[in-house]
Amino acid sequence: MSGGGFVALVVGLLLALVASLFIGISLGTVTLPFGEVWRVVGSHLGWHDGEISAVQDQIIWEFRTPRVLLAAVVGAGLSVAGACLQVLARNGLADPYVLGVSSGAGLGAVLAITIGSSVLGGLGASGAAFVFSLLTLVLVFLFAQRGGRIGPTRLVLAGVAVSYLATAATSFVQLYVNPLELRGIMFWILGSLASASWDDLGLPTLAIVVSTAWLVARGRSMNVMATGDDTASALGVDVNRFRIELLVISSLLTATAVSVSGGIGFVGLMVPHAARFVVGPEHRRMLPVCALGGAVFMVLVDLLSRVVDRPNELPVGIFTAALGAPFFLVLLRRSGRGAV
Amino acid sequence: MNVTIAGVDVTIDDQPILTGVSMEVSSGHVHGIIGPNGSGKSTLLRAIYRSLRPSAGAVLIDGADLWRQLTARASARRRAVVTQDSAIDFDFSVREVVAMGRAPHKGMFDRDDRRDAAIIDEALDSVGMSWAGSRLVATLSGGERQRVLLARALAQQAPILVLDEPTNHLDVRAQLELLDLVRSLGLTTIAALHDLDHAASVCDAVSVLRRGTVVASGAPLEVLTPAMIRDVFGVRAHIGTHPLTGMLHIAVAAITDDPDRQADDQTGHQIERPPEDHR
Repeated sequence: MSGGGFVALVVGLLLALVASLFIGISLGTVTLPFGEVWRVVGSHLGWHDGEISAVQDQIIWEFRTPRVLLAAVVGAGLSVAGACLQVLARNGLADPYVLGVSSGAGLGAVLAITIGSSVLGGLGASGAAFVFSLLTLVLVFLFAQRGGRIGPTRLVLAGVAVSYLATAATSFVQLYVNPLELRGIMFWILGSLASASWDDLGLPTLAIVVSTAWLVARGRSMNVMATGDDTASALGVDVNRFRIELLVISSLLTATAVSVSGGIGFVGLMVPHAARFVVGPEHRRMLPVCALGGAVFMVLVDLLSRVVDRPNELPVGIFTAALGAPFFLVLLRRSGRGAV
Repeated sequence: MNVTIAGVDVTIDDQPILTGVSMEVSSGHVHGIIGPNGSGKSTLLRAIYRSLRPSAGAVLIDGADLWRQLTARASARRRAVVTQDSAIDFDFSVREVVAMGRAPHKGMFDRDDRRDAAIIDEALDSVGMSWAGSRLVATLSGGERQRVLLARALAQQAPILVLDEPTNHLDVRAQLELLDLVRSLGLTTIAALHDLDHAASVCDAVSVLRRGTVVASGAPLEVLTPAMIRDVFGVRAHIGTHPLTGMLHIAVAAITDDPDRQADDQTGHQIERPPEDHR
């Protein structure tokens, strides 16, 4: 792809992101007049100061807007984390879900909900999810490495095994909780953006923007790392140090995204591949496309989960798969480029 | 730039792979490393390209210790490498792969500039792959891929070139072309070679490895004797003149019913395994 084509693609994705945020805020489980929606948003942005109803303000400014923004942030974060883990593992199957991070986070949150956060040192469900996802990733990489080298197949096997372990523990705990707590648990296991609030938007946004920018700046080293340890050493990358750097960044990205949205699968696996199908594996081009594409995808998928069966809300995982899989399969058939 | 390898030991999983390996590679010379499978050729090269840290001894580039005095990036500006069997899992284009050769010269926030583009063009041109810039590496033949990897090494613009069995997977003509090209570059070159004829015709000096130690070093004519070849490789050898080129030509044949050779072979294979398991 030429330089001009790439710029056009990024501009196009930015426009698509703005459009999807716009639609995401305009539509929802409750139908509100279009003009009313943007009058509420406008009043908060200081565009005008007319009368707005408190109920509408609550729905649009306290629930819908942060939720749509969080969807964009989480989509970008999971996608970039997947891209990073795929280079680290040198395996196209790696993603936060496959490597057991999502299950680990789920277990942490469920423990915090059931046995109480005081036992876990005062961590709330999000905090426990964050700590457990870091622990899981460290555990998986410890099992996968031999003499400092990480075997791509071993990594995925270790991830799947740890994932089963965490899921089993979660299922066991689930049997002994009261029905009221079960709802909170299902949120973590299936993944959802419903708990979004302005308060938990800042840190994830910062973490994800900074990590993505850092990885783009390290794009040359990521390219080199993707071609193997020996080649990376030969081309001047300090392989062990860079691997730790990637491990820290991917853990941070994954733990941040999972701690605010639970275990949303498939995005971290699929979006990086889709980005590579379109612009190739050169990371300085692939990562921005991956982040923007992941954000747009997540906003649209979350929108579907809110409007398909109004006024009910469906689990977002249904739509990541229902929308993502066919799109991915078409790309898989048509593209000359891929990751594996 | 000259390379000094001084008493290098390398141990993998408690198995000694190299013991006390020393050699001196003069500036601008082509230095061949020969030896049977598992003798430690690739391991020695990996110590030179900073993939395996020696447990004792040092690799010096113009007197600077590769592991203690140079960073990974600084060493990659001094020596470029064509590794063996560089499988590329991700679908990079030819140009993207060659561009990786510029990585050691660029900081985190440097953009690829015109000069980089010119260097990449020149590298592709010198290996005859200019036509393939936008092709995916995965769609190339083995020989073409090898030339792309050489182009990547050339784009590094390092005065020292390390080649790990560069003629693997190449047909006879491509082998000769590649060796001619390497010879014409005039770089200080260290190459692990399987073909003794190639070693004899291309190298200014050779070192012979056997079970992780250097058993002979010197000009090809002095080192490549029938006795040495029999001793190290376990084959009968005849040293003659190549009927077409007039260069040294080594004809080999199997030794049958030789108990010494079988004993050698077995120990040789024991040494061979650890580095492969380790990957």
